[in-house]
Amino acid sequence: MQIKPILAALRRHRLATLLIAMEIAFACAVLCNACFLVARRWTMIQINSGVDESSLAVLTVNGFEPSQAADVNARMLAGLRAIPGMQSATLISEVPFGPQTGAAGISPDAGGFKDLIGVVDFVMAGPGTYKALGLKLVEGHLPQPGDYQPATSFAPEDVQVLVTRALAEHAWPGESPLGKDFWCDKMHFRVMGVVDHFARAQPGQYEMQQGEWTVFTPVVPGGSLAGTYLLRGRPQDVQRVLQVARGAVQKIAPDVVLDQDNSRTLSDLRTKYFLTDRIMIGLLLGVVALMLGVTALGIVGLTSFWVAQRRKQIGIRRAIGATRGDILRYFQTENFLIVTFGIALGMLLAYVLNAVLMKFYELPHLPLYYLPMGALALWMLGQLAVLGPALRAAAVPPVVATRSV
Amino acid sequence: MLGYYLDLAWRSLKRNRVLTALMVLAIALGIGASMTMITVLHVMTADPIPGRSGQLFYPQVDPRPMDSDNTTPDPPDQLTWIDAMNLLHASEGVHKVAMSGGRVTVIPPQGASHAFFVPLRSTTADFFPMFDVPFVDGSGWTARDDEQRSRVAVIARDLADKLYGTPHAVGRMLQLGKYAFRVVGVIDQWNPSPHFYDLGMGNYTNQPEQVYLPLHAGLDLKLSTYNSITCWGGGYFPDDNDMRKATACGWMTLWVELDTPAQVAAYREFLVNYSEQQKALGRFARSPNTRLRDVMAWLDYNHVLPGSVQLQTLLALGFLLVCLVNTVAMLLVKFLRRGGELSVRRAMGASKRAVFAQLLVEASLVGAAGGVAGLLLAALGLWIVRQQPVEYAALAHMDGAMLGATIALAVCATLLAALFPAWRACRIVPARLLKTQ
Repeated sequence: MQIKPILAALRRHRLATLLIAMEIAFACAVLCNACFLVARRWTMIQINSGVDESSLAVLTVNGFEPSQAADVNARMLAGLRAIPGMQSATLISEVPFGPQTGAAGISPDAGGFKDLIGVVDFVMAGPGTYKALGLKLVEGHLPQPGDYQPATSFAPEDVQVLVTRALAEHAWPGESPLGKDFWCDKMHFRVMGVVDHFARAQPGQYEMQQGEWTVFTPVVPGGSLAGTYLLRGRPQDVQRVLQVARGAVQKIAPDVVLDQDNSRTLSDLRTKYFLTDRIMIGLLLGVVALMLGVTALGIVGLTSFWVAQRRKQIGIRRAIGATRGDILRYFQTENFLIVTFGIALGMLLAYVLNAVLMKFYELPHLPLYYLPMGALALWMLGQLAVLGPALRAAAVPPVVATRSV
Repeated sequence: MLGYYLDLAWRSLKRNRVLTALMVLAIALGIGASMTMITVLHVMTADPIPGRSGQLFYPQVDPRPMDSDNTTPDPPDQLTWIDAMNLLHASEGVHKVAMSGGRVTVIPPQGASHAFFVPLRSTTADFFPMFDVPFVDGSGWTARDDEQRSRVAVIARDLADKLYGTPHAVGRMLQLGKYAFRVVGVIDQWNPSPHFYDLGMGNYTNQPEQVYLPLHAGLDLKLSTYNSITCWGGGYFPDDNDMRKATACGWMTLWVELDTPAQVAAYREFLVNYSEQQKALGRFARSPNTRLRDVMAWLDYNHVLPGSVQLQTLLALGFLLVCLVNTVAMLLVKFLRRGGELSVRRAMGASKRAVFAQLLVEASLVGAAGGVAGLLLAALGLWIVRQQPVEYAALAHMDGAMLGATIALAVCATLLAALFPAWRACRIVPARLLKTQ
């Protein structure tokens, strides 16, 4: 296949060629960045919460005085545990994808906010909650009955805790986190174990890796740990168990108010939490699909025009010995050249667009592998779009050469 | 002349229906997608309190100790209780309103077993006149009620309907937890978007406050739920939910009404003086670090517009650009193909300008068709946005201005896209083309 005659022909149609190449370039820039955004959101949606979501539900009650906390807890736990199908009912302060209650900055020294390690979620949990959540311990040991500390305000004064691997790797890179100390204002924490995964309440508000900066804090029920209960049932039962529990609150404790919005199964909470992200993914993909469609239409339109314009030349080429395959390949190669030119331009544009987005949003650099992937997609699109007009060109009979007009 | 051009354009467009349809479709898709997003952007950045937004100001002072949180130069978003009270009672003659939001338990007449939560606002008497709140029945409470901690309440129409079956509920008793309040006013549907006076409830909440109480009376309920609290190190945090005792937490909001630039300047100076005075008293550690923003500046500072909406708009505009480049290419093809016809017109005496005008008329016909189709697509797009379970969904409606803007954008964009192809097409030399035919 000779490229020279194609280039010569394209030089005669510089403008149309340039326009299609520009369209391809814009499409390439938008495609790469949109796919990058989709991939990021998709990764976030897939976050491993580290807990047995399908077996868990959370129930929140409110509207009681702090002095009643222990009493409400006792009545609620007894009542909830009596519900058939309830495997366990325990105390927790927040669950993944639920409302955030205990985010605070931690530092390696007491009282200081100077060397902030980061803002982490403290999950206060009563006895039995670790087992109910289904967390996986990878290092250290679990809280023993004596490790649970009372908390009157935010967290206990001095307590041993479990941290996630993500937090341990951030706070003490390359070191064993076991036995390490950290402070939140004047409250002291010591790491007794590391869990594999445990998502914080609102992971989407943080950078990707920070979504699991969670501290599992063993706390004696009562005081500030009251009113939010983690329910566990078999996956097929959990929805029903929650319904029964919601209905039973009035009988168990007539003096409290059920928080309808925040009493759901964890699967529900997760779906609700990531809904906007799902919509955004759908929207991005929709626009990308439309854009590729329009680009393909542009290629079809232009090539059809060129084929109609060159009918005579095609006829002459056929008459002097070119096969149908030659004509087909001519248009395919021509399209390949235009698209390649567009892609080269588009890669630059993609980086510019990425730089603009990075300036306004917390986005990392566009990974390089998106570029060849975008290029491949556009090459394929170009070849598909050109096939129809090119086949029509190949079907031009040699006899056209002998006719005038 | 225009009639003749339109006739020519119509004939030309009819001659190549597929190409015409492709062009109209491309423009319609681009316009539909971008107008959907521009409309959403338009309603979301709208002034929540038109006419008054330039006179309402949000003061901030900086009570943080020296060593805490040095990464954010801006003062905390909210005021401590002490600062809020000091500012509320200082500078006579200026309308001010202090407030805090939360949730409260409402016990309906049917009994405690039907209790439910509603959003609550504890505020001062000026709230209602300052924010132009519409009443269906009664009115707000008085400054005396604020001082005497009267158990009076203003409720929303929805709550009045739910509890009493009528919006005329003045004089009825409202049971909030253990306490009874007398209803003195019922406000009509009112939910400014964005929810500018307290962004802690969400920037575009679809669950506005149902109960408004005098500040002290509301705080006396000692609810455990506040919309947003920011604390800094070294302070005391109360155990009994009474945030008024917290010394190192910001959770109060203050709005000040300042009508003239002179008043604004004077208030700015007052904030600096206040900070210096507090530093001299030992309460503040930092040198005066104050802010005074009006409604729109406050919304801007808080980035109320979700990043996802901006991104979607950017994406839609990128899509429009692709569609327009596509239209340029197709128009170029279309116009250049008509070289013969245009040459005949030129040879018979039409000026370059006349040919150019004729081609632009043809392009604007395509643009108008694309605009109308785009309008339908945008209506569909907005309908899809309204189905989304996001808090700003209900706002997504097109108004007259946006309707006109859509058609205008479509025609302008298409004309812009046609300029170059038309210019190229009228540059052809008639003699050469006529000879080859």
